Amino acid sequence: MVAVALSITGVINRTRALLAGRKGIRFFQHIYNVGLQLRKGAVYSTTTTALFRIAPAVYLGATMLAFLFIPVADLEPVLSFHGDIILVAYLLALSRVAIVLAALDTGSSFEGMGAAREALYGALVEPALMMGLATLALFCGYSSFADIFSMAQELNMNLSVVLFLVAYVFVIIMIIEGGRVPVDDPKTHLELTMIHEVMCLDYSGVDMAFIHIAGWLKNSIFAVIAANAIAVAVSFHWWFAAPLAILITGVSVGVVESLRARNKLSRNITFILTIVAMSALVLLTGFLLIQNIEI
Amino acid sequence: MKLYHITNNRATAVAIKDIPVVEYVDLYNDLKERMSDVRYHVGHYFAVEIEEGLKFYMILLDDETSEVLVTSFIPDYYAEGLASLTAVHPQFHPFEREINELYGVPFDSHPWLKPLRFSHDRRDKSSTMDSYPFYSIEGEELHEVNVGPIHAGIIEPGAFRFICDGEQVLHLEIALGYQHRGVEGEMVRNQNRLRQTLIAESIAGDTAVGHATAYAEVVEKLAGKQASEALNIERMVAIELERIAMHLADTGALATDIGFQLYQVACEALRTVTINTSQAWCGNRFGKSVIRPCGSNHPLTAEKIAMIRKNIADVRRRYNEVREDILEAQSLLARFDQCGLVPKSEMVRIGGVGQAARASGLLRDLRATHPWGYYANVKHNPILKHECDVMSRLATRMDEVLQSADYIEQALAKYTPDGAIPAPDYEAPLAAEALSFSLVEGWRGEICHVALTDAEGNIAKYKIKDPSVHNWLGLAIAVRSEGISDFPINNKSFNLSYCGHDL
Repeated sequence: MVAVALSITGVINRTRALLAGRKGIRFFQHIYNVGLQLRKGAVYSTTTTALFRIAPAVYLGATMLAFLFIPVADLEPVLSFHGDIILVAYLLALSRVAIVLAALDTGSSFEGMGAAREALYGALVEPALMMGLATLALFCGYSSFADIFSMAQELNMNLSVVLFLVAYVFVIIMIIEGGRVPVDDPKTHLELTMIHEVMCLDYSGVDMAFIHIAGWLKNSIFAVIAANAIAVAVSFHWWFAAPLAILITGVSVGVVESLRARNKLSRNITFILTIVAMSALVLLTGFLLIQNIEI
Repeated sequence: MKLYHITNNRATAVAIKDIPVVEYVDLYNDLKERMSDVRYHVGHYFAVEIEEGLKFYMILLDDETSEVLVTSFIPDYYAEGLASLTAVHPQFHPFEREINELYGVPFDSHPWLKPLRFSHDRRDKSSTMDSYPFYSIEGEELHEVNVGPIHAGIIEPGAFRFICDGEQVLHLEIALGYQHRGVEGEMVRNQNRLRQTLIAESIAGDTAVGHATAYAEVVEKLAGKQASEALNIERMVAIELERIAMHLADTGALATDIGFQLYQVACEALRTVTINTSQAWCGNRFGKSVIRPCGSNHPLTAEKIAMIRKNIADVRRRYNEVREDILEAQSLLARFDQCGLVPKSEMVRIGGVGQAARASGLLRDLRATHPWGYYANVKHNPILKHECDVMSRLATRMDEVLQSADYIEQALAKYTPDGAIPAPDYEAPLAAEALSFSLVEGWRGEICHVALTDAEGNIAKYKIKDPSVHNWLGLAIAVRSEGISDFPINNKSFNLSYCGHDL
């Protein structure tokens, strides 16, 4: 799972470079960069308060804790209890709150706008996340990640279509949460159009490294859930799910970023709501299928 | 009573005594009527210090007859004040603001005489950039966003103050002047013409050829030396190469701003080919050193002509493929279509020029209306688009690249260098007591240089106008009621010069 977290960005960069006809940067360049930042001190703006300094730690801590609940196919997660899917969802929400508050704390008008956008999109994407998780829970009658995925292999193959759709929903959630094209563009230098990046403008050194690491972990959470959903339908082994997680997210994000423009900001809401609608549909279909089987 | 001296863009310098000195009231009344006709726009309007006070010169362009109208007046403005022309025709605003800033001339009923660029020789030294009078609106639900003057990218400094209702821009005000270097003063301080040429090339780095051509034209008109046809052909090739390179760069930059990697890298690659062609010609990728007064240090040879034709044909073919793809790329069209509208009526009011004006359906192209040099032989057919949005400005660029490539090919196909182009002449005596102006269509639009000589034939006053001076207001109008996140693509679709404005 750690390997997944570390590799996704590398695969995205590789795919982009390949499609642009460039040689591209080293596969592990992003890790090297963060290593460099970890060794550096941080510079703080005079207008910020303690809130601003705590936020990266909360952001990383919450994401890391959520990360521990996620199994990779037949590999058991580190932590697990009944109902932990709810906890994961709220840990992710907590991390978002921390970074949004920190952005507001700087008093910068850019960061204020970024925070407003992030909060809006976060609120909109949450139903999709919950319904995606609910679909999984519904299939197995469990509410912990470990149980869901260990039970899931006994499921009827009729459900595999639904599982693929769940995987799709999670890949898109990753694009939204990870701030990638078409919702956000991590490569842009334009403060006015940024969403996620703009909130981190005032961070430097070790804090920036925390935010980057937390971003990787967050991406890998969604990537692994998506891969698990597919693995349930195809082959339930960690050596299948882990590379799959890297590839489906890495390649799809890389291809999308190369071959299309990002949305107009006001269209993002439509984009996210489409995913919410889709996850609702997935939940409903899954529910109906389950009913049929039991009757 | 004769109000104007009538000349054109190909005539030699005008003797100052031939320019009528009129009463401001008469001129004002005439302009009030005349400028309502879209065929006229103001080329330059400035004041010069003389013994009696200030003498004002104005250059008007008539797009229909290719005539240029020159006039002057010496008002007793402390007694009367000057009625503001901006109040009637907003296209005068940068000129009146500049005159007010430099000499403290009051303009009655001017909407808002804000400083234009905080030049070093401004009259009121207590007015500084830090005290720029930004417009503000009171309101609980509004917020102000200040961008710059230091930007995150590698662009030049300029302060943008947005007043927003949520994500929607209500008003944008652009404060410039951070790039002020005193170019106009520098052009007069030293009469060494090689040095002046180098300064002219540096007025705006992206329009090196355009401004150098304008300077060379001014000097040649004063010296009474007309460039030969061969020299004019080479100058045209240089300026069209610059146009191609910059339009390619802007196509790529627009793709970058919407995160569209494919077209970004395609256009960057093509631009490299184009500017490397300039380098292979003259040793500078931006065409510096190609244009010199009364001659050239880098006359084209048969090999260089073959190289330019081959490269440009290649760029044209590959860019046309990109262009066709862009016109079909839905995610790109969704961003650019109907975004950043500047209707033709607004473009006319603010006196927009160049490629941005043509994208709003306003025909402002000196190559067609006031041809200079070899353009008199080219029947230039300006590209007009009527959608007035970002896509329209991009489409104008894309079509102009193809058109420029065709012009280069046509000009070079029948051109055989005969080695008759002389070396540059920096010493030719200039006409005394004369006014010389040049109008050149750079890739961004209308460039106007004006020089006044004294009794010894030295340049006593040099005035420069970059097209950006007119078009910055167009950008402010374009983003009104757009989302603030669409500002960058609007900005790129105009791609105006900061240093060309600030001088």
